[in-house]
Amino acid sequence: MRRHIITTILALAAVGTMAMQPAQAASKSPGTMFAEECSACHMAFDPGFLPKRSWRAIMGNLSNHFGEDASLDDQTRNAIERYLLSNAADANGRNPYWLRRIPTSQTPLRITELPWFTNEHGARARAWAKSNPKIGSISNCQGCHRGAARGVFDDD
Amino acid sequence: MKLFPNLILSGTLLAVALGAPIQPAQADPARDAIIAQFKAQAGVSSFSAARGKKFFHAKHAGGKPETPSCTTCHTNDPRNFGKTRVGKVIDPMAVSRNPQRFTDPKKVAKWFRRNCKTVLGRECTAQEKGDILTYLSSI
Ligand code: HEC
Ligand code: HEC
Ligand code: HEC
Repeated sequence: MRRHIITTILALAAVGTMAMQPAQAASKSPGTMFAEECSACHMAFDPGFLPKRSWRAIMGNLSNHFGEDASLDDQTRNAIERYLLSNAADANGRNPYWLRRIPTSQTPLRITELPWFTNEHGARARAWAKSNPKIGSISNCQGCHRGAARGVFDDD
Repeated sequence: MKLFPNLILSGTLLAVALGAPIQPAQADPARDAIIAQFKAQAGVSSFSAARGKKFFHAKHAGGKPETPSCTTCHTNDPRNFGKTRVGKVIDPMAVSRNPQRFTDPKKVAKWFRRNCKTVLGRECTAQEKGDILTYLSSI
């Protein structure tokens, strides 16, 4: 009898811990949610690499994300999208030169397809990334740029 | 005793559900509670590490061709570090190597949903999830 009551209390405590999780998640800033959720499979790409329309498209199709399911609960998804939009390449009326080369009718989904990127990284860099098991993909910025997560790309 | 039948019943159910008799070395109340929930959902009283192992290492159809198996990213030995398709290192899945594993119910639910869809093109059943966690807790 006593054991059962103790077990019940322990079980309720465990359930209580589980119930706490969403509340903790809600108190995280959108930037923190982005940094945590979008760095699980690759480094968190700087929002400034793509325009708002790209981030909207990416965040609107997370369950089919470049061949993988990267879906999130709505609350987290919405917060991250807001963060991406307010830090995008064209946020606050910005219009960088490289973005002007992309017609507004086009919505690039990859940084690695942008004209400036393919200029800096030719077919050989791409093939090298793919064939080197330590890099694996041209999207693995850190495979070649050790400072990539800090936004440093001119260290090589 | 008759005065508290509900209390006794719920206590017993929870004791069974919590899987009291398993893996004392790596037991963790949060992980036990997650497995208990899968038991309740699947309507079973125990899971099979052998079945979990088979599922985890099998080549599945129905998902993305690039990722036919859990081992595509988590490797053939879940005690080892794995790697994503973008080259990011994944910590070992085996609880013996990584005691933090399967202790956050939201994280577990999120990754089962994602990875089962990616590998099998469908969600995993509570039975499959329980078998997998039992396997990964046993090695
Ligand atoms: C479940 C794993 C996973 C998660 C989580 C994930 N991604 Fe990805 N992401 C991928 C894969 C796989 C690719 C394709 C990489 C390749 O082609 O090599 C990719 C590619 C990308 C690209 C294009 C990279 C390029 O080639 O230019 C962007 C942008 C991107 N992800 C943004 C995000 C954002 C934003 C989030 C957070 C909401 C996120 N990702 C979370 C797996 C993931
Ligand atoms: C296969 C290796 C490799 C990968 C992977 C790679 N890069 Fe590069 N990147 C290079 C090389 C080589 C250069 C040219 C270096 C130079 O001229 O200083 C370069 C140049 C750059 C530059 C210009 C730096 C400058 O100041 O001149 C940027 C920005 C950049 N890369 C960003 C990225 C991003 C973002 C990613 C991931 C989406 C990435 N790179 C992935 C090899 C790579
Ligand atoms: C495309 C790569 C990939 C594949 C395929 C994959 N996973 Fe994962 N898995 C990950 C990543 C990345 C994480 C999150 C990183 C981490 O937890 O260290 C993860 C995390 C998990 C977690 C959560 C772990 C925790 O600590 O709570 C579970 C459970 C899981 N995977 C099960 C599976 C199962 C079952 C399969 C096969 C159906 C599978 N995974 C296939 C990449 C993958």
